[in-house]
Amino acid sequence: MKNVTRASGWGERLIEMLLLSCGLVTVLTTIGIGYILLSESLVFFKDVSLMQFFGDTQWTPLFADKHFGIWPLVMGTLLTSGVAMAVALPCGLAAAIYLRELASPTLRQWLKPSLEMLAGIPTIVYGYFALLFVTPLLQEFLPNLSGFNALSPGIVMGFMITPMIASLSEDALSAVSNDLREGAYALGAGRASTIFRVILPAARSGIAAASLLALARAVGETMIVAIAAGQQPRFTFDPQVPVETMTAYIVQVSMGDTPQGTLEYQTIFAVGLTLFAMTFIVNIFGQRLARGKRS
Amino acid sequence: MNHRIADRILVVVCFVGLFLPLACLVALLGDVMWDGVARIDWSFLTSYPSRHADKAGLLPGLVGSLFLVLLTGLICIPLGVGAAIYLQEYGQDSRLSRFIAINIGSLAGVPSVIYGLLGLGIFVRTFGLGRSLIAGAATLALLVLPIVVIASIEALRAVPGTLREAALGLGATRWQVIRHVVLPAALPSILTGCILSMSRAVGETAPLIVVGALTFVTFLPDGIDAPFTALPIQIYNWVSRPQAGFENTAAGGIVILLGLLLILNLGAVLLRAKLSKDR
Repeated sequence: MKNVTRASGWGERLIEMLLLSCGLVTVLTTIGIGYILLSESLVFFKDVSLMQFFGDTQWTPLFADKHFGIWPLVMGTLLTSGVAMAVALPCGLAAAIYLRELASPTLRQWLKPSLEMLAGIPTIVYGYFALLFVTPLLQEFLPNLSGFNALSPGIVMGFMITPMIASLSEDALSAVSNDLREGAYALGAGRASTIFRVILPAARSGIAAASLLALARAVGETMIVAIAAGQQPRFTFDPQVPVETMTAYIVQVSMGDTPQGTLEYQTIFAVGLTLFAMTFIVNIFGQRLARGKRS
Repeated sequence: MNHRIADRILVVVCFVGLFLPLACLVALLGDVMWDGVARIDWSFLTSYPSRHADKAGLLPGLVGSLFLVLLTGLICIPLGVGAAIYLQEYGQDSRLSRFIAINIGSLAGVPSVIYGLLGLGIFVRTFGLGRSLIAGAATLALLVLPIVVIASIEALRAVPGTLREAALGLGATRWQVIRHVVLPAALPSILTGCILSMSRAVGETAPLIVVGALTFVTFLPDGIDAPFTALPIQIYNWVSRPQAGFENTAAGGIVILLGLLLILNLGAVLLRAKLSKDR
């Protein structure tokens, strides 16, 4: 092996280096993200103190009376993601159990790709659906629901990330050894008790990993909330009123006529850094859990 | 006998959990078709945007999206496949390649709007490309790069090791093995992965908004440094207009976008079937 490589000379070496540099582009991307977010946020934090950023509950950088408290945006993000998880976790888990433990192979062959289709639809389409179909539908039952709210985009986002939870949880379920299943059946347990008492507990870290990765996805989701949740940063727990997420704020400023280089414009990098930190932490925990499951 | 009831309930509950998202999918497709299909005609595809909903067309968005996908593919596919070849065929267990692989995993979890900020900072400002087609394409390329790499690694991994060993045994160099044995065997899967990642790029909206795609464009891009718009941006603009009529225009745009994605995905499936039959 070694001789072959040596005999083939520098041409082979060059190719290997070229391929390696392709791989290094991905590392440069990470460095680039970190550099841009940090350096541009630093410009912002020269004028706005961390105390103002984390100690205020109003976010009004585009108004005359400026407040730079990040919490309303964080709250909006958590509210929409929370609704999404409340939909996606039960649905995704149920779907995973059904596909993996209950459905016949033929049925599974049809259902799984149909479910995966949900993940392939562009988020702008979900935004349209949330604003113009789901919100009016919900207003039939909830007369107080405003035209822009956290509930409707949250639900739609939940359906969007359901396939992600389903397929990752399904992997976790299949990783549970068949001996456990058969052991439970041999002891006279029914399907339901086998699944709830034996299989789900054995797969719990994989399912937790799936939930965390999906949560990060929901936190970073942009177009659905930009279209259907509104553009009013508000510190509230009420999913019926307009809110604004971190991602939607970035879109709002990018679409607007805020001049580049101003403090107002610089806010999007500080918000971006906060968003990145949140998704990064959630992802790290998710990946660690997922790896732990495998080994 | 408690089992029986519990098992029944379980089946029903799990089926409902699976059925709800599928119902949502059907409702979504039905709603969009209902609102949009009537709006689609030849002039919708060949007109420029307008203040009047019934005259608005999506030509600049359509052309912009096609240019974007082409450029994104040109940048991203060589890089992604190259990186995958390195990780799978050369670096196997070195510390560097493990680091690159973990890094790619984390990049896949970064929200797309953050890539928009990256593109704005690096391509638009630092490289001075401005709010141009090429800046948008480069941003999208970095966004889908992890997907291309991961799909290509899977494709390469599926090539049996015995093929590599046989070729090496015949005296082929490492690159010859890759070029003449591994790549041809993995090509159908690699191409499928690339097409699917391009369909992801077609639907992306947020990063392009941040990079600075325009929303009201009455000209076609005349070069890679031209200002641009894209299909999803056009749709977003229509969705957020309060005037009556734009709702249907947006739905019409969505039907076209979904049609485009369907063609890409069908293309991927057919290409894969054909290439794997030919061998």
